[in-house]
Amino acid sequence: MGLEAFIAERKQDKDLLVMAHVVCGYPSFEDNLQELEIMAEAGVDLVELQFPFSEPSADGPLFVRANEQSLKAGTTVDQCFEFMKLASERFPFKVLMMGYYNTVFKMGEDVFVRRLKEAGGVGYILPDLPVEESANLHQLSADAGIEPIILMTPTSSDKRLAQLGAASRGMVYVVARKGVTGSKTNMGDDVVALIDRCRQHTNVPMGVGFGITSKADMDFLRGSADLAIVGTAALKTWEESGAEGLRRFFAELLA
Amino acid sequence: MDIFDFSDGREGYYGEYGGVFLPEILHATIEELIECFRECKADPKFWQEYVSLLQNYSGRPTPVTYLENLSRELGGAQIYVKRDDLNHTGSHKVNNVMGQGLLTQRLGKKRVIAETGAGQHGFATATMAAKFGFDCKIYMGAVDVARQRPNVFWMENLGAEVIAVEDGQKTLKDAVNECMRDWVTNMADTHYILGTACGPHPFPEMVSWFQSIIGLEAREQIVAQTGRLPNRVYACVGGGSNAMGLFQGFFDEPNVELIGCEAGGEGVGSYMHSARLAYDDASVGVAQGYKTYFLQNDEGNMSETHSVAAGLDYIGVNPIFAHLHDQGKVRFEAATDAEVKETLKLTMRTEGLIPALESTHGFVVALKEAATMAKDEIVLVNMSGRGDKDIFTIADALDDAKWKSFIGGKADQYRAEKK
Ligand SMILES: Cc1ncc(COP(=O)(O)O)c(C=O)c1O
Repeated sequence: MGLEAFIAERKQDKDLLVMAHVVCGYPSFEDNLQELEIMAEAGVDLVELQFPFSEPSADGPLFVRANEQSLKAGTTVDQCFEFMKLASERFPFKVLMMGYYNTVFKMGEDVFVRRLKEAGGVGYILPDLPVEESANLHQLSADAGIEPIILMTPTSSDKRLAQLGAASRGMVYVVARKGVTGSKTNMGDDVVALIDRCRQHTNVPMGVGFGITSKADMDFLRGSADLAIVGTAALKTWEESGAEGLRRFFAELLA
Repeated sequence: MDIFDFSDGREGYYGEYGGVFLPEILHATIEELIECFRECKADPKFWQEYVSLLQNYSGRPTPVTYLENLSRELGGAQIYVKRDDLNHTGSHKVNNVMGQGLLTQRLGKKRVIAETGAGQHGFATATMAAKFGFDCKIYMGAVDVARQRPNVFWMENLGAEVIAVEDGQKTLKDAVNECMRDWVTNMADTHYILGTACGPHPFPEMVSWFQSIIGLEAREQIVAQTGRLPNRVYACVGGGSNAMGLFQGFFDEPNVELIGCEAGGEGVGSYMHSARLAYDDASVGVAQGYKTYFLQNDEGNMSETHSVAAGLDYIGVNPIFAHLHDQGKVRFEAATDAEVKETLKLTMRTEGLIPALESTHGFVVALKEAATMAKDEIVLVNMSGRGDKDIFTIADALDDAKWKSFIGGKADQYRAEKK
């Protein structure tokens, strides 16, 4: 089942889905597995597995450190794909690759798509790959039934949103605010207006991310977004209060 | 040849290198910048204003100096030096910075950010910001903050905030990442003054355009002094801005050979260097907003780099050079840390010149080759900056006992004052 169909199916009994995030190999793959178990139990619908990169320039301090530590511990692309395979076979949620384009470029776009497919990934998010540079990768992805997740942002003009909308498949990642991952977003009318504006340019489901930390944010997004994307807040919880804390975090978020 | 004519290719591409690889949130900012830059480039008044600003503020045109003693001592080609060290703030970096300062005014922005390695670009940016009344934040790797303290001192006293970047390798590339993170947050009122001919389009073209003033002047000056063009032209290559600046004066000359001099650090096979094109360790990749040769591993994670010169200690190289290298139009060589220290002593003692450690890389290769050339041949070297800023590093390298005892005395004095 493709991403869009999966989202539609899950949305039959939930009005707002959740996409969570782990940085592969940070703090360790054993920790990642435990995090995923907790996410699955809580009913998380999608998980981004971030392949660590040495220059994570779109990430905030917590993820920067996570990328750096993971690489320092020796995490490889092979390990990330192995972990993805395990996750996609074991858990009911779907998994996506998240990372930077150089990881894909170095292995070759065709190899990337094949390996992602083999590992059970349904799509990928590459924040530093603009649509202008994506034609070949998108074609390969379409042939393989893999979805490229396009990002739409508060600074995108209508003309740009139309271009992005035309390229979007599976779902769109709406970036709730300027900046990098990590800091808090004040969910307000501008976020709703942005989602509305994005919807005018595509029919695929809308995930909203950057700075989502609480049930209040979830309640705010209900009715306007299809998915809430939770990244830094979960990692921060894991670092501060471990498995118990993370269980509580997702229980509250999904209550 | 007009490398910036994109009419039969993709805008911002030089062969397969260059492009814009940035988060979507910056798309509109880059479009705005490209549009503003196109207007400036098409407006002869903008260039006039730029040149007169540099004349009145930075002492341009900088001279070309004949190194009579060294030429005689080596007994080969006649050696000439373009003196961009004589700029205000001590290096060629001020050219690009003043140009982008004027552009920031056109953009209507009030805040500037910059990465810096050696601190020369940060120093120039802080100076420009003070003059133009911009808020200014400089990102600098913590390792570089420690090795280039004099520049940090001046930046802070000029009113800039200097952030020591503790991520990654704590050098230039990490400072670039921090600038990107600031820019994706504050682009509405902030212009990112990138310091070299790297990064996403239009930076390689824009920085090269501002730096082309070096080559325009140098060509005229060397012809006026010698009656002819040089046989070979040398410049050090960090990101590649001073070299692009000088080389643009000679791109159309089939009989002038252009040589980019990279940081060989501890030498071939040491993996402790920053030679992307001169050695075989780099491969094509995409990072920091553009595609070029990077020092990286097979999975695309960047390698550790090293150079005695902070301003050359960088993973990537400007995409224009990647292309010209493939085409064989520019030759790349590397100078090691050890050679740089020796050559610096030589230029100081025989010519009274103190080139920056970065610039000395160009001298190493130029002097080595000049010695093997005929007496009626001419070489031109870019002295992109002066070495004053490197006093701590050079004093260490020369193991200068008197300097050490002076610093020891100062330290004692400060400790006593603290008590
Ligand atoms: C004096 C001097 N020369 C050269 C460089 C290297 O930069 P580029 O290759 O862009 O000229 C620097 C960078 O800090 C510098 O300070």
